[in-house]
Amino acid sequence: MSIVLAIFLGLVILVLAVVAVHHKNLKVAIIATGVVGLFASVLFLLLAAPDVAMTEASIGSGLSTIIFFYVLNKIRQSND
Amino acid sequence: MIKKGLILLILVGFVTIISSLLINFKGNEELNPLARHYAEHGAAEVGAANLVTAVVVTYRGFDTLGEVTILFLAAAIVGFFLKVNNRDNEREASLRKTSEILITASTLLVPTIFMLGVYIFMNGHLTPGGGFQGGAVIATGMVLMIMAKPNVKFNHKLLAFLESVSGVGFVIIGVLGVLLAAGFLDNRILPLGNFGTLISAGAIPIIYVLIGLKVGSELTNILDSLKETQNEK
Repeated sequence: MSIVLAIFLGLVILVLAVVAVHHKNLKVAIIATGVVGLFASVLFLLLAAPDVAMTEASIGSGLSTIIFFYVLNKIRQSND
Repeated sequence: MIKKGLILLILVGFVTIISSLLINFKGNEELNPLARHYAEHGAAEVGAANLVTAVVVTYRGFDTLGEVTILFLAAAIVGFFLKVNNRDNEREASLRKTSEILITASTLLVPTIFMLGVYIFMNGHLTPGGGFQGGAVIATGMVLMIMAKPNVKFNHKLLAFLESVSGVGFVIIGVLGVLLAAGFLDNRILPLGNFGTLISAGAIPIIYVLIGLKVGSELTNILDSLKETQNEK
């Protein structure tokens, strides 16, 4: 069961990573990056690495997303 | 056309190199000698119930010191390049009003998230997690606080003080390990205590509390520098 879930999560991560690279709207791309981090942390948990999963959940999907949004906002301001 | 052909050639080259590695790959049936030493003697030598922590803080403690230094440098560089002009500091950001739900929820959730972060780094030697994870959780609590109250001001002196004191304390404990025990960052400067209790594993809880405070204040500093540049025009 958990191997099926792991493969499913891996596929979702791949799809979201492609979305993050190719989507026209940068907001959607940033959200996709954050969700990649979130699913990756679940995957790490399934692979019996709870320490890495915690780091990935808080930094990969929490902090880096908000930092990307700050930078995006800043770039928009200076382009106006 | 030639460019695409070259890209294809490089890709095919990569595939041939990596596929030969993949075909010959055999998973290890048993632990290698170093890993077996950690698994068999780790609990007796270090006294930490979480073996990952034993490796990260004691056996490979020097690497952790390097990581903390890298994070410190990153925070310092962000702070240096995102210097905000003083005259713009007075101007409050004219943001959209924060939703009532977020403000109400954050008053309950922010202290809980801080408590979770402190729990994670205090129990780093017993349960999964540790200084980095706890510090990052505290920083995500700060994110929630910033989102609920965009004009909140952090006490920079307190953050800088916490960060410097914990960084220096980490190095001092490392040097004490040289003087009192077997080597740099050896955790046996304090008694190992009962295996699996909160106050055990020698200096590991102290080191992890210091790392947690340091990482939390550094990440908060980075967030705060980024937040303040949003007000500047």
